[in-house]
Amino acid sequence: MALDKDAESARPWIEGASPTHPSLIDTHYVVSDLYNMVNVPTILWIDELGMIVRPNDVAYGNNKYQQVTGLDAEVHKNALRAWVKDGVKPWSDDRARALQSLPTAEHQLARTEFALARHLLVSGKAEKAEQHFQRAGELAPHDFNIRRGSMPMRGIDPMGPEFFKMAGDWATAGNKYYEVLPPS
Amino acid sequence: MTQIWTLVTTESAVPIEVSPMGDQLLVTQTGLETATGWSTKAEGFCLGDRCVPAGVAVEDDGRVNLAAFAARLHRPLVIEAGERMVALGEAATDRTDSLQTLVAPDFELPDLSGHVHRLSDYRGKKILLASYASW
Repeated sequence: MALDKDAESARPWIEGASPTHPSLIDTHYVVSDLYNMVNVPTILWIDELGMIVRPNDVAYGNNKYQQVTGLDAEVHKNALRAWVKDGVKPWSDDRARALQSLPTAEHQLARTEFALARHLLVSGKAEKAEQHFQRAGELAPHDFNIRRGSMPMRGIDPMGPEFFKMAGDWATAGNKYYEVLPPS
Repeated sequence: MTQIWTLVTTESAVPIEVSPMGDQLLVTQTGLETATGWSTKAEGFCLGDRCVPAGVAVEDDGRVNLAAFAARLHRPLVIEAGERMVALGEAATDRTDSLQTLVAPDFELPDLSGHVHRLSDYRGKKILLASYASW
C-alpha cells in the first residue's frame, strides 16, 4: 500500500516489482489515520478473522538499508513465516494492545490540518496550504507521513537537505526515526 | 446570510451551506446530515445506533453550531474562513477505542488500474499490511 500524492508516483515501483499480491494506492492517507501510522515502512499482521495480531511495527522486505536503519529484514520475515506456517503469534492479545501506538487529540488535529492543506493545494491555494502543512507538522513532529510525506506535494525534495535537516534535528533532540517493537 | 463552504474530511470534500455568525459557523440540521451523516434528534446527534447529547450545540432556532457539534464528538475542527473551507477530523478517542478492540479497521483503496479492494474482501486469509512510499 503506497502512501503517495498520486498513483503515478507509485507506478514505477509497483510495475517494477509486478507483485502477485494487491498493491494499493492511498493518496488521502486514509489508512494512516485509521491505524495511526506515522512513517513508512509500517507493517501489521491481520489474521483470518480480521483481528490485529501484530500492531504497527517497522520492517523492510530486504536489507538494502540495513546500514542506515540497523534493521535486519530476516528477523521479521522469520517471525512472519512462523505465524503463517505454524500459527505462532508474537504476543498475547493483551500484549499486542499494550504495544499499540495510539493517537492523541493533538495528533488528530494535525491530521485534520494535513487534510485541509491537501485540499487547499488541489484547489490551487498553495500559500494557504503551506501554512496548514506547517501547522500539521508542528502539532505532530513525530509523524513523518505528514512531515516527509507532504514534501513532494510542496515541491520539496524528500531525499534532499530539508529532509536530512529534519531527521537530524529529530535525532539530536533524542528521538528515534523508527519506533520498532520489541522482539517477541 | 448563507454561503456555500467546503467541508473537508480525510477522504472527501463536500459542499455545505453555512451561516457565519461572528467566528462561529451555523448549519442547518439537514445540511449537517447531508455533509456528515449525523442526524439531529431528540436524543442528540445520532449516527447509526450511536447518539451523543447535543447540549448547547443546537441553537434556539434549530441550527447547529459546527464547532460545538465537533466538540461534542471530540472531533478536531479547523476553519479556513478566507477560502470558505472547514475541516472535520476524527476523534482520538474513537480511533483509540477502535484500535484497542484489535479488530482491524476496514477500508477500501484502489490499485493502479483503479480496481477497488476492501480489506474485508480478504477475510479468511492471513494479511500482511505493509505501507511504503516513493518518498
